[in-house]
Amino acid sequence: MRPDIELTDLYLARLAREKHFIQGDEAAAFGAIFAGCSFFGGYPITPASEIAEVMARELPNIGGYYVQYEDELASISAVIGAAWAGARAMTATSGPGFSLMQENIGYACMTETPCVIIDVQRSGPSTGQATLPAQGDVMQARWGTHGDHEIIAVAPSSAQECFDLVIHCFNLSEEYRTPVILLMDGEIGHLRERVILPDPSTVHRRDRRKADEGELVFGGETIPPMMEFGDGGFVHVTGSTHKEDGLRDVQTQSVHDRLVRRLVAKIEGAREEISLVDVDVEEGAGVGVLAYGATARPAKGAVLRARGDGHRVNFCRPVTIWPFPIARIQEACRGLDRLLVPEMNLGQLAREVERFVDCEVVPLSKIGGVVHSSREIHAEIVEAVAAC
Amino acid sequence: MLRRLIDPEYFEAAAPSEVEAQETPSFPQYGTRDPLLGLCPDEVVDRPGPTRHRLLRYLREEVLPTTFCVGCGGGTVLNAFAHAVDEMHIDPREIVCVTGIGCSSWIPSPYFLCDTLHTTHGRAIAFASGVKVMRPDMKVIVIAGDGDLAGIGGNHLIHAARRNLDLTVFLVNNFIYGMTGGQVSPTTPFGTRTTTTPYLNLEHPFKIADVVAAAGGSYVARWTTYHVFQLMESMQNAIHKKGFSFVEIISQCPVSYGKMTGTSDPVTMLQQLRDASIHVDDSKGLSEEELDRAFVVGKLVERQRAEFGDGLQQLIARRRESLRTEGDLRQDTSALETGR
Repeated sequence: MRPDIELTDLYLARLAREKHFIQGDEAAAFGAIFAGCSFFGGYPITPASEIAEVMARELPNIGGYYVQYEDELASISAVIGAAWAGARAMTATSGPGFSLMQENIGYACMTETPCVIIDVQRSGPSTGQATLPAQGDVMQARWGTHGDHEIIAVAPSSAQECFDLVIHCFNLSEEYRTPVILLMDGEIGHLRERVILPDPSTVHRRDRRKADEGELVFGGETIPPMMEFGDGGFVHVTGSTHKEDGLRDVQTQSVHDRLVRRLVAKIEGAREEISLVDVDVEEGAGVGVLAYGATARPAKGAVLRARGDGHRVNFCRPVTIWPFPIARIQEACRGLDRLLVPEMNLGQLAREVERFVDCEVVPLSKIGGVVHSSREIHAEIVEAVAAC
Repeated sequence: MLRRLIDPEYFEAAAPSEVEAQETPSFPQYGTRDPLLGLCPDEVVDRPGPTRHRLLRYLREEVLPTTFCVGCGGGTVLNAFAHAVDEMHIDPREIVCVTGIGCSSWIPSPYFLCDTLHTTHGRAIAFASGVKVMRPDMKVIVIAGDGDLAGIGGNHLIHAARRNLDLTVFLVNNFIYGMTGGQVSPTTPFGTRTTTTPYLNLEHPFKIADVVAAAGGSYVARWTTYHVFQLMESMQNAIHKKGFSFVEIISQCPVSYGKMTGTSDPVTMLQQLRDASIHVDDSKGLSEEELDRAFVVGKLVERQRAEFGDGLQQLIARRRESLRTEGDLRQDTSALETGR
């Protein structure tokens, strides 16, 4: 189908004119629509089903394809296949489905397939508290698939950010030719608030860099250009260790070493460029709070309240979770005695923070499907200030 | 680069016109061919050096020879597939071969020269569906084994048949997990000894083509590597058929299956396939017990059902048309022009 771009832009402009009081899930789906997503493969799961519902309704309006698959294994597989056939492709799920997708997320890393995976985290392990939020997939996003690899994951803290960051995820996936994870949580996914959709002409959509005939598709430079199916280049895509031309070589040590080190380097080397961190520091602060996703909202409230009490407190919210924004976090924590890290898990990101900052890191873990209250975090800040 | 192997004029000159393509094609008779090599003397291209097989143009020559074991049916399937593509005058640039993990998946990846997606174990059909939805103009062909498509990927197989997307699936059934050394598979016959059923297989096998037929496949056939010419024709029918088409190709694995079942001689195994095969037309009136022991070969099902990809295209066209005629999209374009 030849896309009628003018009609699409008019339709998006109409969406943008309408007032939107919507959930984070819906905002993320609208973000994908504005980013030019052309394929969505999904499977229903609480609390991410609303994303599939909006995609099913809106994708045909912009000439895109929605397919509901038999499971999450098929969804991520179809997304990768569609990406090689020219799509800007996305899927959305929650913890159990995210677990099922891990093998093929590794396949997407290995084959350098641009695609977006939304994980609306819920309370686990296993079926856990299906309807309640959590932040327990932070490490699964990082290390869920086997083998050495780097991954990009970003965590929104508001419905507006769900919209904005999905577009950002699509652009990152094209720029670095890699799967990108939007690490939402159930609280943000179901949080209903005002979202402003932009004029479609102002949305930046990064185009895919395509290979010319004879160019290497799986090497030769850190981020090689892509050859899609139907381009006439007889591209050979495999999750097995492959040479720069895409053909398998699973025996030679140097081939594997060169490939995997390049895949790691292309993201590791761009760590600071990729990093988005929301930092609000005060001169001479001894205590800081680091939080992300839904938890960042009560954390910010608690920091503001503590400042109202006359305390000096730093606030730091990594939007980019992976690759971990080392330099920005270190900068935000300079001079601190104690850093509080409220998370809806048993300290998954706190341990990562601890590796890189000099001060004492205190995890404020809360599980069971309830977000920290601002009061709880405020009390911890006051205690920490008194102890420092 | 690789394009040098393809002479575009050959395909353009020989491609059937659009009108012809919609009619049932009359495929050539294979009787004039050399039954062993499938070659006609005038089809052998004379070049300096050793004689080249004319079908070499469909292979990635840089990865030859194949890694198949001596006597493997994989080479026969590759040969039949290349013949089918050649007979149909399909430009290989319009083919995407999608495969999984296992010996059979190596048949097109890397050997067949087309866009190739070599995926994870069991997921070939799911990957292929994403490709086909995005590129309805391309021929998307899945070639994989029984462990891959009937075992770990069985759910994708039946759902793809139900969905009826225009995919072509060739399942090479050698009754065993060959690449991993001969473990029991979902098609291993009852009572067979394998490395993981050392005290004989207690499970009953899938008749996988029948499963696909029941799940709604538009074209379902079963042949063996003994029936190469029938297989070539069946492959062409499957590729040509709009909708989900499926050919189960019963194949011999002398090394991992034969050695356990006492017949590691490939010729004997082919003879067994021949002797156990009954054409579907001759299978009426046979008892269930007799059918259990036989391979019912031939076209099992051909039916017309709405194709999923067409449905998606029509849905998009309807939605776009309704937006176009709703009117309110254009009423307030000034907002777009002035940036709100």
